[in-house]
Amino acid sequence: MEKFTKLKSIAADLPITNVDTDMIIPKQFLKTIKRTGLGSALFYEMRYDEKGALIKSFILNNAPYNKAKILISGKNFGCGSSREHAPWALLDFGIRCVIAESFADIFYNNCFKNGILPIILPENQVKELSEAAKQNKEIEIDLVDQKIHKGDNRPFDFEIEPFRKECLLNGYDDIALTLKKDAKINSFEQKKKSLTPWLY
Amino acid sequence: MAKTIYDKIWESHLVEEQNDGTSLLYIDRHLVHEVTSPQAFEGLRLSNRKVKLPSSTLAVVDHNVPTTDRSKGIADKESAIQVEALSKNCKDFGIEFFGLTDKRQGIVHVIGPEQGFTQPGMTIVCGDSHTSTHGAFGALAFGIGTSEVEHVLATQTLIQSRAKNFKINVDGRLSSGVTAKDVILSIIGKIGTAGGTGYVIEYCGEVFRNFSMEERMTVCNMSIEAGARAGLIAPDQKTFDYIKGRPLAPKGENWDKALKYWSTLYTDEDAKFDRELNLQGKDIEPTVTWGTSPQDISSINGKVPDPSLEKNEDRKKSILRSLDYMGLEPNTPIQDIKIDKVFIGSCTNGRIEDLREVAKIVKGKKVNKSVDAIVVPGSGLVKLQAEKEGLDKIFKESGFDWREPGCSMCLGMNPDQLKPKERCASTSNRNFEGRQGRGGRTHLVSPVMAAAAAIEGRFVDIRKII
Repeated sequence: MEKFTKLKSIAADLPITNVDTDMIIPKQFLKTIKRTGLGSALFYEMRYDEKGALIKSFILNNAPYNKAKILISGKNFGCGSSREHAPWALLDFGIRCVIAESFADIFYNNCFKNGILPIILPENQVKELSEAAKQNKEIEIDLVDQKIHKGDNRPFDFEIEPFRKECLLNGYDDIALTLKKDAKINSFEQKKKSLTPWLY
Repeated sequence: MAKTIYDKIWESHLVEEQNDGTSLLYIDRHLVHEVTSPQAFEGLRLSNRKVKLPSSTLAVVDHNVPTTDRSKGIADKESAIQVEALSKNCKDFGIEFFGLTDKRQGIVHVIGPEQGFTQPGMTIVCGDSHTSTHGAFGALAFGIGTSEVEHVLATQTLIQSRAKNFKINVDGRLSSGVTAKDVILSIIGKIGTAGGTGYVIEYCGEVFRNFSMEERMTVCNMSIEAGARAGLIAPDQKTFDYIKGRPLAPKGENWDKALKYWSTLYTDEDAKFDRELNLQGKDIEPTVTWGTSPQDISSINGKVPDPSLEKNEDRKKSILRSLDYMGLEPNTPIQDIKIDKVFIGSCTNGRIEDLREVAKIVKGKKVNKSVDAIVVPGSGLVKLQAEKEGLDKIFKESGFDWREPGCSMCLGMNPDQLKPKERCASTSNRNFEGRQGRGGRTHLVSPVMAAAAAIEGRFVDIRKII
C-alpha cells in the first residue's frame, strides 16, 4: 500500500448525499479479478451516457477536476455494498482523499486498506471546502499534523484513529502486522477449541 | 456488569485489545463468493500465505450465475472466468465449494443457515454487506471488503473497533398482510440509511419473538440498509429447532454443549444501550419505496412526496433527483404506480417461506399482461422444496418464470436486468440508481405485495386481498 503523509491538490465537489457504491462503481465492473484498471469506470453512469460518450456536465469529466486527488461529497458517502471495487476505482482515478460529513462503515474501512484517507468534518467545514474547491484553490492535507490547509491561516483539524493513521503513514500491510501475533491467535484458538468444541 | 448479547459475543472473541480501542477479533466462520474474493486469493498467492483454517470457510457462486438453463455453462466470458477462478481457488486452498451444478448452490446468505453453518454466538463474516442476515441466529455477522477477506483467510481474525449498542423494540402485533419486510423498511424510514452507523442493532420485542427464522433473516438482512455494522436477534427455541439436524449443525454430545452455551446468549436485564427506538407493530403498514434510497418509504395508502413542501435544502435536492430518476410526479398515489416487472427472490426474500406466501396470493390468478414476473429461489434446496410442494406449478400457471437459484436481478450482474425506465416491484434490498440495470426503477416491497402487484399491474393494498 502506498504511504500517505501529505497531499496537495485541487478538489472536486460532488454535493450529493448518500452516494452509494453502485454509483461509484456499477455492477458490470465487478466481474474483474484484478484490483486495478477501474478508474475509467468510476461513477460510470454519471460520467458516460448510454452510448458511452462523456457527459460534459459531470464534474470529473472537466479540467482541472479530472486530475483532482481530493473528492468532497455529501453525508453517508459510500453506503451500500461492501465492494472494495469502490475505493479501487477512486484510487485508480487518482483520488487519495474523500471528505464528507459522514461515511458508511464498510466503505470507510475499505479506504484505509488502500491508502485512501476518508476525512469526516462538520457541515460548515465541508461547505467551506466545497467553496474552495469550486474556486480551484489547492487544498493541502497533512496527515502527520492532522490538518487541512486551504490557503488561509485557519487550517481545519481532523480526527483519525491512531492505529489507522500509523498504517497510512507507513503504508503498512495489515496482514503482515497481524501475522506477527500468530502465537497469540493460536493460543486463543486452543482455548476456544476447549470451550466451544462443536465449532472445530 | 450487565451486558448486551453483542457485548457477550464481542468479548468472547477478543484476541487482543490495544489502548486506542483497536481490537483483534477472532472469526469463527467465513463465507466466500466469486465477486469479492479473487483479489484476496491472488494476494495470498503473491505473499505466499496459506488459508489458516480452511474448515471454517465455505464458498459458493451466486452473484454472477445465470438463472436460466445451466447445462451449457455461463455464456458471459468474464462471469465464467470469475466463477472458474473461485472453483480453482477453493481447490488450491482446500476450501469446501458449492459449484454451479451443486444442488446446494445458492445465495451465500441463504445457504449458510440452510447448511447449519450459521449458529448462535459465532462471529461470521463475508465479503458481502448482507452478511448481517446471519444475525437472525444471534450471531455477530457483518460484511467486509476484499482486503479484509484476505485478512480473515490468512489469520482467522479481523482488526476491528467496538460498535455501540442500539436497541430497536417493536411491541404488539402486526396486522394481517404486514410482513417482516414492512417492519424493516419502516425502521429504515424512521432512522434513515445512516441511522445505524457505528451501531450493532438488537431487535427486541414481541414482533420479532413471534417471527419465524425466515422473517428474522429478512429483518437482519437489511440492517446494513440502516447503516448498522450488524443486526441481531437473541436465539430462542425457534433458532435451536431450525438448526437441529442440518448438515453442519453440532451433533450428539456437542449438540448438548452447544445448546447450553447458546442459552446464555441474551441481553442482561440491566444492560445499557447507547440508543433505543420503540415502535408499535399495529402502526406498521404495507410499505413501498418511491425513491432511490431504502429510506424513501411510503405506506401503500400514501403518495409520492412533494419536494416543494420540504424545508431542508439537501433533502429537497435529493427528493428531486430521485423523482426525476424514478419518473414519478409529486403527490401521485402509490396505488396508481404501474409496474413492468416483478422480481421475487434475493437474500432478503428468496427463502421457502417467502415463496409459499407468494404462491398463496397468485394461486389460480394470472400475472397482468403488461407485467413480466420472475421467481428466483434463494438456493437449489429452496428450489427442490418448492417443487416438492408444487409451488413451481402455481407460479408457472400464473405466468411467472421459474428460475435457477442466485442473486439474479437484485443486482443484475447476470443477464437478469431491468431496461432503462422499466419499473419493478422487487423483493430485494436496494433501490439505488442503476442497481437492477441502468435506468431501471426499483420499488422495494414484501413478497406478498410484489405478488399482488404482479397480478394487478400496479401496487395494491395487500390487506384488501387476503
